[in-house]
Amino acid sequence: MAKITIDGRDLEFEEQLTILEAAKKLQIKIPTLCYNEHLDPYGGCRICLVEAATQAAPERSRLVPACTAPAADGMIVVTNSERVLASRRFIIELFLSRCPESEQIRKLAAEMGVDPNGQNLDVVGQYLLKRAPKREATNCILCGLCVRVCQQIPERYALSLKERGIHRRVTPPFEKVAESCIGCGSCAYVCPTKTITIEEA
Amino acid sequence: MGNYRFNLLVCAGTGCVSNNAFKVKTVLEKEIEKHKLQDEIQVITTGCNGFCANGPIVVVKPDDIFYQLLTEEDIPGLVEEHFLKGRPVQRLMYTPAKDEAPIPKMSDIPFFGKQQLIALANRGLIDPENIDEYIALGGYQALAKALTEMTPEQVIEEIQAAGLRGRGGAGFPTGKKWEFCRNAPVTGDSSVPGGNGDSPPAAEKYIICNADEGDPGAFMDRSIVESDPHALLEGMLIGAYAIGASHGFIYIRAEYPLALERLTQGLEQAREYGLLGEGILGTDFSFDISVSKGAGAFVCGEETSLIGSLEGKLPEPRVRPPYPAQSGYMGKPTNINNVETWANVPHIINRGADWFSSIGTDTSKGTKVFSLVGKVNNTGLVEVPMGITMREIVFDIGGGIPDGKKFKAVQTGGPSGGCIPESLLDTPVDYESLVQAGSIMGSGGMIVMDEGNCMVEVARYFVSFTQEESCGKCSPCREGTWHMLNILENITQGKGQEGDIELLEKMGKYIKETALCGLGNTAPNPVLTTIRYFRDEYEAHIREKRCPAGVCKSLITYSIDPENCTGCTVCAKNCPVACISGERKQTHVIDQEKCIKCGMCYSVCNFDAVRVR
Repeated sequence: MAKITIDGRDLEFEEQLTILEAAKKLQIKIPTLCYNEHLDPYGGCRICLVEAATQAAPERSRLVPACTAPAADGMIVVTNSERVLASRRFIIELFLSRCPESEQIRKLAAEMGVDPNGQNLDVVGQYLLKRAPKREATNCILCGLCVRVCQQIPERYALSLKERGIHRRVTPPFEKVAESCIGCGSCAYVCPTKTITIEEA
Repeated sequence: MGNYRFNLLVCAGTGCVSNNAFKVKTVLEKEIEKHKLQDEIQVITTGCNGFCANGPIVVVKPDDIFYQLLTEEDIPGLVEEHFLKGRPVQRLMYTPAKDEAPIPKMSDIPFFGKQQLIALANRGLIDPENIDEYIALGGYQALAKALTEMTPEQVIEEIQAAGLRGRGGAGFPTGKKWEFCRNAPVTGDSSVPGGNGDSPPAAEKYIICNADEGDPGAFMDRSIVESDPHALLEGMLIGAYAIGASHGFIYIRAEYPLALERLTQGLEQAREYGLLGEGILGTDFSFDISVSKGAGAFVCGEETSLIGSLEGKLPEPRVRPPYPAQSGYMGKPTNINNVETWANVPHIINRGADWFSSIGTDTSKGTKVFSLVGKVNNTGLVEVPMGITMREIVFDIGGGIPDGKKFKAVQTGGPSGGCIPESLLDTPVDYESLVQAGSIMGSGGMIVMDEGNCMVEVARYFVSFTQEESCGKCSPCREGTWHMLNILENITQGKGQEGDIELLEKMGKYIKETALCGLGNTAPNPVLTTIRYFRDEYEAHIREKRCPAGVCKSLITYSIDPENCTGCTVCAKNCPVACISGERKQTHVIDQEKCIKCGMCYSVCNFDAVRVR
């Protein structure tokens, strides 16, 4: 039997678990955006970062994404340290700067104590939410859930990610309506920011 | 092979070839025949000598006379003087500085003197397109030794005892990496062959050579493949035997045509000789290698992205664990090393771990190849023992800074590295010391900068590179580097604000902590180190709207100093927007409204009369 400690609470486990799954068993909430329990974890959005260390060297902790990091015997995890919270605030500020209109992002930000108009932002938050150049409005956070669900559930491959870096976006192949799309609506269903809508044919 | 009075080694690395080395060689052969010397003198093409800025290069053996910067016109005189009359031609030799005497012998040239060659042992000595020459110098002996006298475990022990660490950047102990992969249980579906295109055979374990060299200014892996492809193949064969892999990949940049050609040739020759394929050297060890061309994505230097690309998927890093040693190519245990790491392996097996670990420092053993570029007299490729100081590399081997300018910094580790200032020039070159200085060893790019380089602009350049190359999977790298670039662009354009330095520092720290892979984890390094060592330059840009190095266009003006101007009209004639006026022999004037700050007048003025402020 292996044992993991999350926020001072122990969980004994035998099966393969990620830190996120272990935390869920302890009813410890870790925010996620690019995660869906029915799909392969991705580790892209970075909102679920937690501090993890081994029992042998508890002082040498690293930030790891809870959704992909396997729970290991003797692991000590902290989900609410200042280091974790500051990193998560940075991530949500990046998303807020990218998608200022997104209701879901604003709500998650508020839960983390990030108020776009607030006075308690650090120098990075001030820049990201007040000074940073505005881009074309989008609510897509590029979590890739729609792409993955289409590949892994109906296996239609009707969506993919195009280009790299800041130019990246979600599009059907060749930017045409995908012939393989069966209109199942999975992509719209999993989208955490409700960016995809289904039109009645 | 017959006996010749002279062997002429014509360098045919990419640098020399692009400077007409093949034409020089043709003329050389013609002239030798004209004088009926073809039975006495043999002309051989070799791989890169590393002294790339001075090509085309011909080395005369056995005398070791070094000729450089040769043109077709030089050759008739050279053949007549040296090979008929026995008088080596001083004019075509290396001369350290204007007033000094030329240095005839290659081994006496300081650029070569302080080098110690392991990975590049055969450079300039053998014809890379001829496997016999590699074998004649002891090639494939290490493979024979490993296969017939050593168990795979003993090979791994030897590599571990040697202390070889990955030459691709992170410096992970190679022997350990091999051991992980050897001991990894076989996973995945063994009936699944390869990814796209011609599918390689299914294997239980794979090895990969990362030859997707992508750092700006770095070209050591290309040079190894071009000058000694069999060293890489032999290293991979030994590694495959140690790990228990039956198939290997070389993932190489498509932009390296010459390396690709020599590699393909080398593979064919090795197969012909029974050094690849079934039952190698009469043993029951079987192994083959396929070549895969990269499509020019920097992120493929990250091993999990490279594996994704090999599988025909998007080149995106995957979260580790699981490590490639557990689940890599097609879910099978996979070991990746870069070209230089593989090329070290045969030498360790041949000469032993004790010999290898006697070179270098406590934690960094052996040598490292660096591409020394930028504002340095001797640009090129150098292989030096670990522990050598930066100062020795830049000033002894590199011959210092051209045009009497002052040294400012040396950038190591490419876009993931940092800038090391003059105060740290005596830092020994090893993995730990470089990290302590805020940089990394990286794959071995070394860019020298002088007082004419603006460090804010340098940081902006590297961040523009990484943000362009960010794959976009994780938000801190995708969004964060874009924001950092915007802030840096503002500063270089005179739009920086008080507090921007602290902003960059903090954002850089966040990105380093939160990004998914090595690209994002290191992307802020050039910014953080330039702030650490050259904060005053950032402050000058932000507070005084001034670029001290005179580089950032928005912050500089060109003017003509009446004291020095002779009215020669050269600046006016060369100005692309015709904004310089003045009569012949009268002081000229620049119209600041029209000036586009291209710097043409500055570079053409022979009287040092154009001022940048």
